[in-house]
Amino acid sequence: MPHKIAQRSAPRKQQVRRDQLAWMYTQMVRIREFEESVKRTFIEHPGVIRGHSHLGDGAEASIVGALSTRHPTDFVMPSYRCHGYPIVLGTPLCNMMAEVFGRKDGLCHGFGGSMHLADPARYFPGTSGMVGQSIAHATGAALTAQVKNSGQIVYCFFGDGASKQGAFFESLNMAAVWKLPIVYVLENNQYQAYTHFRLEDANAAAGDRLSKKADAFSMPGATVDGTDPVAVRTVIAKAAKRARAGQGPSLVETKFYRLSAHGNLITVPPLPTQFPEHEAVAVYGNRKEFEQWKAKDPVKGFRARLLKDGALSEAAARRIESAAHAEVEEAVEFALASPLPAPEEALEYVYA
Amino acid sequence: MAKEMIYADAIAAAIVEEMQRDPNVVFYGQNMALTERDPMLQKFGKERVRVAPISETAEIGIGVGAALTGLRPIVELWMSEFMLVAFDQVINEAPRLRYMSGGQVSVPMVLKAGYGFCAGWAGQHSNCIYHTMMGIPGLKVVVPSTPADAKGLMTAAIRDDNPVVYLHPYMLTLDKGEVPDGEYVVPIGLADIKRTGSDVTIVAIGWMVKKALAAAERLAAQNISAEVIDPRALAPLDVATIVNSVKKTGKVVLVDQAPRQSSAAAVIAGEIAEHAVGSVSALRMVTALDAPIPYSEPLENYVVPNEDKIVEAVRSVMAQEAVAA
Repeated sequence: MPHKIAQRSAPRKQQVRRDQLAWMYTQMVRIREFEESVKRTFIEHPGVIRGHSHLGDGAEASIVGALSTRHPTDFVMPSYRCHGYPIVLGTPLCNMMAEVFGRKDGLCHGFGGSMHLADPARYFPGTSGMVGQSIAHATGAALTAQVKNSGQIVYCFFGDGASKQGAFFESLNMAAVWKLPIVYVLENNQYQAYTHFRLEDANAAAGDRLSKKADAFSMPGATVDGTDPVAVRTVIAKAAKRARAGQGPSLVETKFYRLSAHGNLITVPPLPTQFPEHEAVAVYGNRKEFEQWKAKDPVKGFRARLLKDGALSEAAARRIESAAHAEVEEAVEFALASPLPAPEEALEYVYA
Repeated sequence: MAKEMIYADAIAAAIVEEMQRDPNVVFYGQNMALTERDPMLQKFGKERVRVAPISETAEIGIGVGAALTGLRPIVELWMSEFMLVAFDQVINEAPRLRYMSGGQVSVPMVLKAGYGFCAGWAGQHSNCIYHTMMGIPGLKVVVPSTPADAKGLMTAAIRDDNPVVYLHPYMLTLDKGEVPDGEYVVPIGLADIKRTGSDVTIVAIGWMVKKALAAAERLAAQNISAEVIDPRALAPLDVATIVNSVKKTGKVVLVDQAPRQSSAAAVIAGEIAEHAVGSVSALRMVTALDAPIPYSEPLENYVVPNEDKIVEAVRSVMAQEAVAA
């Protein structure tokens, strides 16, 4: 297998320093706290969040493991399920939450909302709400890096559903032909909205890993346990190294499980909305599957492992957790206190 | 000073000059820059000039991402209909990302495509689809009708910080005209009065400007003085120049190569109705018939507007009584 960049065997965890492990755990906890807070907002503050929000709980190990290999000016281009990535980049949670709440102090002044966070100053230029289309945008950012010879690479995140879009196939083909510096992270959370991935993916239907799609573009492809941030880090590091060396793109499938439903219920105002039960239960009646994956919760799993390995003390873990909780509480207070935008601001930003 | 140039060469000259001026301008598309003998490749190298696979979604989407992060891509699409397989990127990505980011990012890119190829290309390669793009806030649409405008609008499109759809009428590709020497920029959103007149205002788009000017020449021999206005950009649309002319003449003929239903002509008619209703005694739209473009020549000629149809329309509006002063 000439193009394999990693096997699914367990990586050597001693490669990661203690402070890096603590950093990774901190980011994972911050993402989880943020997402749980967004979810609670639908109940605690009905009507504050409009439209559709998509959470990344369950994706923490994939996001943090991948971004732990990032250099400071590398681009990060996720999909509309986008809360987790800027949290790792250092975007202030108060401005993120204010955006989710549609407030003037939001990252995008209330013009984007949950699906369209953007923080270009931190190399996160924005997202598309159209499934898979941002894969092309990320590939374009890699073209910029190549033309400018800037040394940057692009981390492109998208879901299993997006890998069935034409934009995926066209972009990976072009990135391979042009040897663009990009790592494609196919986050297989097992459900395309409500559809289980085995019902819609040719590789999955045949019992193959989704990263087999890389073979079609003669680029390296690997599948990794997306609940293990150290394993993700190890595999992504190889793909990132390859991109930095000018050898072109790779495709990494991080396989995990989305722990919340696809998004909040689609209701017509003034009917309230909130997160329903996960599709495994609500659609397929398969509580067993849901419980099995919940038992593999990446945040809890990583915590237990760090404690067991002596990389983190119980006290240190609690400090990280209470700090993250306080940070998110503060973000909610900030966002609730932030004013709504003035109506006439709607005509700003149409043209540059 | 000016020199005579072929329309296609005027576009190319603008691209070359802007690529010399700004190292962030890149140029790619299908079936171009194929060998080392390619003059653009020789001039600018293989990083900035590239051949792309037949993948419009990725070509345009990569352009969007490159524009978001600091380049100014020009995507050569050849025919406007090829954008249709990638319309999400054109309509729902490029013009939306700046707005959704609250003004934090911009998408400076040019989508270059020919349109309206009435030379026997039948139903899928001959159409005018600009009406689908002129109602998209954030997107600009330009349709140059002369070599000078072709150069000046391409220069402006490349320098613009917004996505610009640059549509050149295929039927004008080999036309010749005077082009000012050196740097030449035509502001996007400024109509041009191609011929002044006092009796009737003809607003024509793209290839139809040439036909309207020929019609105006024939009408002059019949003592009808026609003013011919070329909007040059359909988004943003220079309503003021059109309305000022219409208030002067009181008679209007709108010429659009696209089918009548939902045409640019219909949009302009609406603006005239709102802004000049008391001044206009007659208005006619000369558009393509509401049919796809057929293959065989007599069928194609029947569907598409021509000089005779414009002359006939002008004569009919002249027959209407003027609005009382």
